[in-house]
Amino acid sequence: MDAKLINPFVKATLNVLKTMAFLDVEPKQPYLKKDIKAKGDVSSVIGLSGETSGTISVSFMEPCILSIVSNMFGEKMTELNEEVMDAVGEIANMISGQARQDLENMGKVLYAAIPTVISGKDHTISHMTTAPIMAVPFHTEYGNFTIEVCFED
Amino acid sequence: MPLDLSMSVLVVDDFLTMRRILKNILKQVGYSTMHEAEDGAQALDILKAGEPKIDLVIADWNMPKMTGIELLKAIRADAQLKDMPVVMVTAEAQKSRVLEAVQAGVSNYIVKPFTAETIKAKLEQVFK
Repeated sequence: MDAKLINPFVKATLNVLKTMAFLDVEPKQPYLKKDIKAKGDVSSVIGLSGETSGTISVSFMEPCILSIVSNMFGEKMTELNEEVMDAVGEIANMISGQARQDLENMGKVLYAAIPTVISGKDHTISHMTTAPIMAVPFHTEYGNFTIEVCFED
Repeated sequence: MPLDLSMSVLVVDDFLTMRRILKNILKQVGYSTMHEAEDGAQALDILKAGEPKIDLVIADWNMPKMTGIELLKAIRADAQLKDMPVVMVTAEAQKSRVLEAVQAGVSNYIVKPFTAETIKAKLEQVFK
């Protein structure tokens, strides 16, 4: 996978969280992820297809997502309930949409499937291809989250 | 022309989160009558039934059963509903998608993520 392909996803993540949750987040060093164990307590995965196929996922630690969704709703969220899980899917959807707009400008047109959301300690994330998984951790004042991007080329 | 805040708005999105955020923003803008549908099919049922009365539709694109663009086309093809303002709020920012919506007669197009100011400004463009 071309490492440049990760940049639109990082940029989209910063923009989505700034706009919808009024939160500044800080990307850390990207790395190649070798296992399928999720980095967070709740994750959303979206399949992408078109000129190439792949998946994007976003995985949040519980305190981090509770704070983000509280900001989005303007109401304190205290548990990983259905509403918070739904929000994780919508966050992934918005990141995917923004990033795909940038990728289109780079000449890659991709279409997205409807997000799936998984939760639980030590859950796993299955990317649709066997290509290397590139992960980018993000730091927020409420805890961390990670995005993963995996493309066939 | 200022927005007619007495209008009844139908918010159509399969994600509860987005319906909630949009309703919060519409409330901030000043609307007080809002209804919800989880997909295009449910929205079209409400619109065809005429109950509750709807004056403005705000719809997502990607939804199960009936997508936002299918809903838009169905509204424009219906003699009773064809003049209904329909604003699409979607994560689909690709040029081909925007063009498809414009050709289908969308009243305005808002790309997620958005701010309350964006929603207000785009609605004002619809009713100017």
